[in-house]
Amino acid sequence: MSKVLMKGNEAVGAAAIAAGCRYFFGYPITPQSEVPEYLSRELPKVGGVFVQAESEVAAINMVYGAAGAGGRVLTSSSSPGIALKQEGISYLAGAELPCVIVDMMRGGPGLGSIQPSQTDYFLATRGGGNGDYRLLVLAPSDVQELVDLIMLGFDLADEYRNPVMILGDGMIGQMMEPVEFKEDLKREAPEKPWATTGTKGARKPNIINSLYLEAELLEEHNHHLQAKYEKMRQKEVRVETYNIEDADLVFAAYGTTARIVKTAIAKLEEEGHKVGLIRPITLFPYPYDAFKNINPNCKGVLTVEMNAGQMLDDVKIAVEGKIPTHFYGRTGGMVPGPAEIADKAREILGGGR
Amino acid sequence: MDDLKGGLKMAKASGRVTFDEDMCKGCGLCVTVCPVNIIELDTGKLNKKGYYPASVKDENMEKCISCANCAMICPDVVITVERL
Amino acid sequence: MAVIFQKTRGLTDVPTHYCPGCTHGIIHRLVAECLEELGVLDDAIGVAPVGCSVMAYKYFNCDMHEAAHGRAPAVATGIKRVRPDNFVFTYQGDGDLASIGTAEIVHAAHRGEKISTIFVNNAIYGMTGGQMAPTTLVGQKTTTSPYGRDKETQGSPIRMSELLATIEGAAFVERVAVDTPANIRKAKKAIKECFQVQIDRKGFGIVEVLSTCPTNWGLTPPEALKWLEKNMIPYYPLGNFRRPEEVK
Repeated sequence: MSKVLMKGNEAVGAAAIAAGCRYFFGYPITPQSEVPEYLSRELPKVGGVFVQAESEVAAINMVYGAAGAGGRVLTSSSSPGIALKQEGISYLAGAELPCVIVDMMRGGPGLGSIQPSQTDYFLATRGGGNGDYRLLVLAPSDVQELVDLIMLGFDLADEYRNPVMILGDGMIGQMMEPVEFKEDLKREAPEKPWATTGTKGARKPNIINSLYLEAELLEEHNHHLQAKYEKMRQKEVRVETYNIEDADLVFAAYGTTARIVKTAIAKLEEEGHKVGLIRPITLFPYPYDAFKNINPNCKGVLTVEMNAGQMLDDVKIAVEGKIPTHFYGRTGGMVPGPAEIADKAREILGGGR
Repeated sequence: MDDLKGGLKMAKASGRVTFDEDMCKGCGLCVTVCPVNIIELDTGKLNKKGYYPASVKDENMEKCISCANCAMICPDVVITVERL
Repeated sequence: MAVIFQKTRGLTDVPTHYCPGCTHGIIHRLVAECLEELGVLDDAIGVAPVGCSVMAYKYFNCDMHEAAHGRAPAVATGIKRVRPDNFVFTYQGDGDLASIGTAEIVHAAHRGEKISTIFVNNAIYGMTGGQMAPTTLVGQKTTTSPYGRDKETQGSPIRMSELLATIEGAAFVERVAVDTPANIRKAKKAIKECFQVQIDRKGFGIVEVLSTCPTNWGLTPPEALKWLEKNMIPYYPLGNFRRPEEVK
């Protein structure tokens, strides 16, 4: 398989098409407008459907209709637009509909900035819409992983009948990297006997619904959803770890921040420090267990994020109070450099230069 | 009620209406549109929902002209109309 | 004796939760009959709104989606784009379509989505207990316009059919009423023509149906029909506003 140089946002579209997605509903917003632009050009070539909706609200509701009718469907946006989609995402989760939602995060809150951030971690993992629901959240760190996780995301969405969120940021959307589309990740969508395709007079009507006016029935439904999320926790955790059994300091970071952290790690190792990294790839389900393998004499876990401290909460849960936790973050769309991250690490390790 | 007068002037067709009594909500709309005024809410009985159901007395059924106005306006589709 | 009228198989056997005399029941029947008579019932996929007819998915005998408030035209767009050969319809009230959902209905018409919308206009919010709707008449008392709708601070009622008829992609726009058997028969004709426009893939179609809410208007069902005739029809004139050109 040959490699192609692609911009992240365009790779989103190419990966979706390679995964068999034929329906996109979205709206322009910086820094992901190239996603709808690419798909408006490429989907018709494969007999697919592209609709620029009137808003992100309308787009997510189109996803709800299309997914309920059995389609493999994608939408994308950036943080302010993802905020608009929250109602629809709650309905998708409640009605158990598969779809992939790509979030290229930017500075916030409100209209914020157009530069990259990781400001939607809470929104993605704690639910931004109403109700007890979870999304399966995948956080790619480079454009190749973006492609792989999107293709995987469509299959996981169908397997669990759940929305899947790909949490990217402005950098990953805009940068160009070599990408290959792995054959073994391409899969057909499964049969969907629950989809609305018309009864043809041969079966009872299928109803796509999240309304249960009897509280007992809704509780039962919630138990079913929770059991599904537990199954995700058992089977779908993905994480990259480096040197955590031996390290005096372990970094926790995801997405493109993790790549910057890796550069900082290289510098610190040159100086003779023993440092490690836990890079969650699934943000839900979160790799809490990976933290159990950290060197018990470790001086601390340093969470680095492009926000004011969101994954930090999950790190605190993971270490169960046994290891001190620290945080370094930049907000507003500012991107941390490896030098400032290394400085913070040295502070914690004691005796920095 | 202008449209109903037209029904009275036309050639009469003999008809019969049957009411699914337990689905009736006693709204009374059928009573107001019957051009031969044979539908009544039977205040002598309560159906399973606790409403006075609509009905036509046996002795009045021969006046039915099967215009189906009642069936047109019944929101609960409880009326079946037959014509001779 | 031959049966000349019986319940259509387009409706399920589930007893409806609507108030006695509520015109939703009449309109459901007309929609179901048209679906059956046009032979599209077994291909139909409907979208239910939020409002009194939130549980319409229990009453129509076809595949159904429950949608978020106002979003039915967007949901229907998603369905129709995946299932272009299926018959896709939305059934919406005045809050759903003319308040929270104005963007969605305007843009579905604007894109010429090949779906059919039934718009039930009863000038009030029924399900939530009788609040003012965008279609509430000036001077009409509701629980959020207790002194009567004040044109100065609350605006004048919105005429959706006229508004949508200005949009190129709207192939069929008609307003009907269900206050008399004659008007009900005319309403059915309009709904059938609207559905045929979708079957012929000519574009977006909508039938606005003037309806009653006896409970929240504080009137008996027959009084409510009279109120509709006297007060709503003068402001919301019946008739066709847009239909496709005949292709010879």
